[in-house]
Amino acid sequence: MTNERDILITEVALRDGSHAINHQYTVEQVLKVTKALNDANVPYIEVSHGDGLAGSSLQYGLSRTNEMELIEAAVSVADKSKIAVLLLPGIGTLHELKEAANLGAKMARIATHVTEADVAPQHIAYAKELGMETVGFLMMNHMAPVSKLVEQAKLMESYGADTVYVVDSAGYLLPDQVRERIRALKQSIGVNVGFHGHNNLSLAMANTLVAIEEGATRIDGSVRCLGAGAGNTQTEVLVAVCERMGIKTGVDLYKMMDLSEDIVAPLLQVPQEITKDSLTLGYAGVYSSFALHAKRAATKFGVDSRDILIELGKRKVVGGQEDMIVEVAAEIAKNKSKIVLA
Amino acid sequence: MSKVKVAVLGSGNIGTDLMVKLGRSELLELTAVIGIDPQSDGLRRARELGYAGVDTGIDGFLSDPTLEADIVFDATSAKAHLYNAKVLKEAGIKVIDMTPAAVGPYVCAAVNIDEHLDKDNINLITCGGQATIPMVHAVNRVAPVEYAEIVATIASLSAGPGTRANIDEFTETTSLAISKVGGAKKGKAIMILNPAEPPIMMRDTVYTLVEEGKMDEAAIRKSIDEMAEVVQSYVPGYRLRTEPIFEGNKVTIFLEVEGAGDYLPKYAGNLDIMTSAGVKIAEAFAKKLLTKATV
Repeated sequence: MTNERDILITEVALRDGSHAINHQYTVEQVLKVTKALNDANVPYIEVSHGDGLAGSSLQYGLSRTNEMELIEAAVSVADKSKIAVLLLPGIGTLHELKEAANLGAKMARIATHVTEADVAPQHIAYAKELGMETVGFLMMNHMAPVSKLVEQAKLMESYGADTVYVVDSAGYLLPDQVRERIRALKQSIGVNVGFHGHNNLSLAMANTLVAIEEGATRIDGSVRCLGAGAGNTQTEVLVAVCERMGIKTGVDLYKMMDLSEDIVAPLLQVPQEITKDSLTLGYAGVYSSFALHAKRAATKFGVDSRDILIELGKRKVVGGQEDMIVEVAAEIAKNKSKIVLA
Repeated sequence: MSKVKVAVLGSGNIGTDLMVKLGRSELLELTAVIGIDPQSDGLRRARELGYAGVDTGIDGFLSDPTLEADIVFDATSAKAHLYNAKVLKEAGIKVIDMTPAAVGPYVCAAVNIDEHLDKDNINLITCGGQATIPMVHAVNRVAPVEYAEIVATIASLSAGPGTRANIDEFTETTSLAISKVGGAKKGKAIMILNPAEPPIMMRDTVYTLVEEGKMDEAAIRKSIDEMAEVVQSYVPGYRLRTEPIFEGNKVTIFLEVEGAGDYLPKYAGNLDIMTSAGVKIAEAFAKKLLTKATV
């Protein structure tokens, strides 16, 4: 296997995929998946609660297993791959970052809403101090104009981020919009540019290819699409497509396909598809982890989950505001009963 | 009725909003606003309203024999507070610390002020703490809370550079105070910034898990409503957004805090609840000082 790579892939199934399985990962599952990813030569593997370190909560869902145990397990079987962690300032703190670094995590991805980079300097600086590689992860990217994105990416760079990501958390961006964003970042910052997509509009692969074409060299994928909503760019498919296009990922295609089929598929209660809920996320521009919460709230209040998601999109709700889902569902149910009475 | 003299240390947004609120108090008399920037808008306003506008910091205030105060609000920064706390203690002046320094005990205006009337320095926790801890306490006083978690969502515009640079202080301090003051066995806090235009009002969600077998829906509802009224007595824009939701042993409470719009905009309920709580606590101190004086 060649060490030469044109793009560096970060596998996010053990973090973003945590949303899709209600944060139920076990140590055994993480060991199996990480070992296979390591064997397939995937450079980075992200392990955390779906909402990042310390995300285990009533707001987002309680983790079945303490994420630190999962990180420790992943590190123990990754002799080639580096383990990454996600941290959202406002949820996780320097305390958890240090704990993860002590367990052997080598990359810290500090995630903020696309307009709020200035909550990240402390965490990026501390990750550096801990000897970690750092990423500024600008989420819900579609909610800010390109000029604002550039300003925020420059802030991330100034704090010491080694890479700045365009994160399409809602899977809302169209290929031309991704092109414009990656191009603007390549022209304005000196550090690596990355792209993280969601497949809610079936555009994750197209968007990723456009991002690569424009010079993004850090790419996220989730094997078997195991990520929030309809999942991310499907890693094993991306490896195959890149191989056909002559883009070196350094990842073993057959091993990734085997991992997807034999290890990851059996983890899923239902296959990762573009359901009406995930399609609505991409259509309305809503944070992908809202999908399952909206589905549960819809059942509880007897309303259509799509109405909840569309309303959340209208209210410009940002990532992490899961508490709005139940509230909006309750409101819709109340209004509906009023109409019926009238 | 005589009033207790107070001064505001810090001439930024919080200090200036405090100044407006103190102008309405029947128990407190504002004497001075203390800053370090002679050009500050807050000091200019203070002078216009007839208060002393000191631009030489706490040392300037303490060395001026014409200026006095029994209570000082510290609306500077955690770092500055360490020094301010020391010199104010030496001067025998009570301090209401609005910074995250937490030299003194955590006080939530609606919950535990009576326990700390004898202290010379008390800390106001965080905006999220002032908004949500009353509800944690409201549940806990009728059904023991095993775990409480709060999510505070505020408008991006209402989070200043200090809050942003030290966002961990918010989560850590609030988590700790949820258990120390709210009474939950364990606490957790989450903060979210939302940049929507027009700016959103502060909203807080409080999740509590009560001890197995201790759920008493009617008693909890009543306690929540009573507590909401207590907070409304000093923060009129504090309200329950919708009915609490009961599921098994979980109670979820949805709150909204609209500011009074004194100096700060109405959406900044997070800042308003801090200044309102500060005034409320100072008035409790003042009542005690005035009673002592008459005895």
